[in-house]
Amino acid sequence: MSEIATLKIWRGSDKANGHWDSHQVPFERGQSVLDGLRWVRARIDPTLAIRFSCINANACKECMVEVDGETVYACTARLEPREMLLTPLSNKKLVRDLVTEIAPPAERFAVREK
Amino acid sequence: MTEPMRVETDVLVIGSGAAGMYAAIEAARAGCNVFLIDRSLIGRGGATVMAQMTVAVALGDEGPDHWSHHYQDTLTAGRGLCNEALARLLTEEGPACIKEMDAWGVGWARKDGKITSAFAPGHDRPRCVYVDFLSTGPAVSSTLRGVVNKTKSITRKGDLCVVDLLKADGIVTGAVAWHLGSGAPVTISAKATIVATGGLTRLYRRNSASSNMGGDGYALALRAGAPLLDMEFVQFFPIGHLAPRLIGMDPIMWDPFRYKLGGKLLNNRGEDFTQSYGVTEDGKYIITRDVATYAIIKEVGAGRGSPHGGVYLSFQHVPEAKLREAFGPVIDRLAENGIDLTKQAVEVAPIAHYHMGGVQADVGMNTEVPGLLVAGEAVGGANGANRLSGNAITEAFVFGREAGRTAAKRVKEMGALPSSSGTAREAVALISSDGPGNSPNTAEMLEALQQTMADDVGPFRNGDGLVRALHRIKDMTGAIGSTPFGTGAAFDMQRLDWFDLRNMLTVAHVVTQAALNRTESRGAHQREDFPGMLPEWNVNQIVRLERGNIAIAREPASVSKAAAQ
Repeated sequence: MSEIATLKIWRGSDKANGHWDSHQVPFERGQSVLDGLRWVRARIDPTLAIRFSCINANACKECMVEVDGETVYACTARLEPREMLLTPLSNKKLVRDLVTEIAPPAERFAVREK
Repeated sequence: MTEPMRVETDVLVIGSGAAGMYAAIEAARAGCNVFLIDRSLIGRGGATVMAQMTVAVALGDEGPDHWSHHYQDTLTAGRGLCNEALARLLTEEGPACIKEMDAWGVGWARKDGKITSAFAPGHDRPRCVYVDFLSTGPAVSSTLRGVVNKTKSITRKGDLCVVDLLKADGIVTGAVAWHLGSGAPVTISAKATIVATGGLTRLYRRNSASSNMGGDGYALALRAGAPLLDMEFVQFFPIGHLAPRLIGMDPIMWDPFRYKLGGKLLNNRGEDFTQSYGVTEDGKYIITRDVATYAIIKEVGAGRGSPHGGVYLSFQHVPEAKLREAFGPVIDRLAENGIDLTKQAVEVAPIAHYHMGGVQADVGMNTEVPGLLVAGEAVGGANGANRLSGNAITEAFVFGREAGRTAAKRVKEMGALPSSSGTAREAVALISSDGPGNSPNTAEMLEALQQTMADDVGPFRNGDGLVRALHRIKDMTGAIGSTPFGTGAAFDMQRLDWFDLRNMLTVAHVVTQAALNRTESRGAHQREDFPGMLPEWNVNQIVRLERGNIAIAREPASVSKAAAQ
């Protein structure tokens, strides 16, 4: 029987008002957590927000998230055949879902408050 | 309608790879205020950061060389289609940029104080400088980031995704961007706009670049009225990593080790098959990218491929100590992935790597539309039908610097900008519109487009496949409609995908139509139904958007006999 990775993902745009989505992803040895997240977007829910650029090379350093409370690059953290808890970086300003504001302050475009 | 935020600048640079950053630095040095933006983080996405090793330049530091030799090799590789003026600029100005990067502390590998050059296929002598152990791209990016950060007249902002260029009275006057961080529309007025958004490798399922390389600059330029050329020439990197699964490494990582150790390309019978295609490698790395790609696809097609649909790359004949010396810390990263090169061959296959085509430009990087300039891979024509190893980062530096210079001249000569409120209103409306309630899965559509391009518009093409691809692209274009999906809130991924699909479908259409038109085989464009290169196809195909329709014309290639001597 094929193995399953269960990704329990924090969703929302306000840290105080989020919810959890759980998705079952077919597990293949050697895959990354980012592979699993991209699978979820293409097969189940394209609204899931994640930030990444280089996909696999660990060159862009954009895909930082927390897996089970530990900060990792989603492209090098291995997918595992168990429940994995995915949350946005707790020490950064939340943008949406797993996306946080990680750019240096000088590189953030300042938007006036509505 | 949402009122956009407004920015005014002398020079707008879109894209922060090597070309964009070099352009920004040069324009700033010439006295301009520069607004440097990227849809991702500054200096992190794009292709530059992914470059593994070689930067081709006739430095003549280690052994004698002259730019004219590099120029000659570039023209030969381009199979008669290079724009000779651009190829000359690339090769002649390369050394100055490489030396400037050296002064900025990039750390080119040295031996006895001299900058080391590696030999790469297609060059007549060792000509490729590098930063060792797969670090060239990251070192180039971080060096340029350092200079950009210290330059006060450059303002740099990430998470700004350009939706359309602004136009008034026939000139480009800036751009409208969607700020991903907040969802706000932003209008940027600029006396000169430099598109440095890189290539289109994201159109293909397996590729070697970042997820933000979907050809957006080509689509932006085309919609603004600038012609593209040579769009059928997509370079496939022949030995992209295929299996076993390897994470934390760029799939083009094997190239540097081929430079250093040779390595053997083997089919499933253990035969070194390159000799069947006219190249006897015999443990040396001499096969050019177009020939290697062709050979691998032919072997796979003949049933002599590896289990995952590629061929084998083997270093098993190389002693362990030599492997460790060449691979350095990379050996340990391979071990983490369960790969031991002394005991196994890896599987490799062609992956989309670079685009020879692009926006038509003169040596000042001006496009046909005043106010719109291009730089780096976004520029078409310098490399003709096939690019030499190492020319991409060099062209990013040289074309970036040139674009920055030209932009600065334009800024000094220009008076006030005409009002472009009309085009701004349309783009802002797209950004802040409400999407349809029910929309297809955009991420799935992107994968479907990548699959279509890989299946039917890959390195090996035929008329039936290309027509099939055109139909699919047309269907998908209909499916996305003219109203962006999603809501346009901060980091609304459906809307981002929609904007990407809008650009990618346009560019996919152009590539496919140009490939269908070209009924011959040349360099990176190989037609199963039209093998062989034909003299009547010594032409560049020029693509324009005319009243919303793609129109393709032919122009004689600019390479003269004199230049080829």
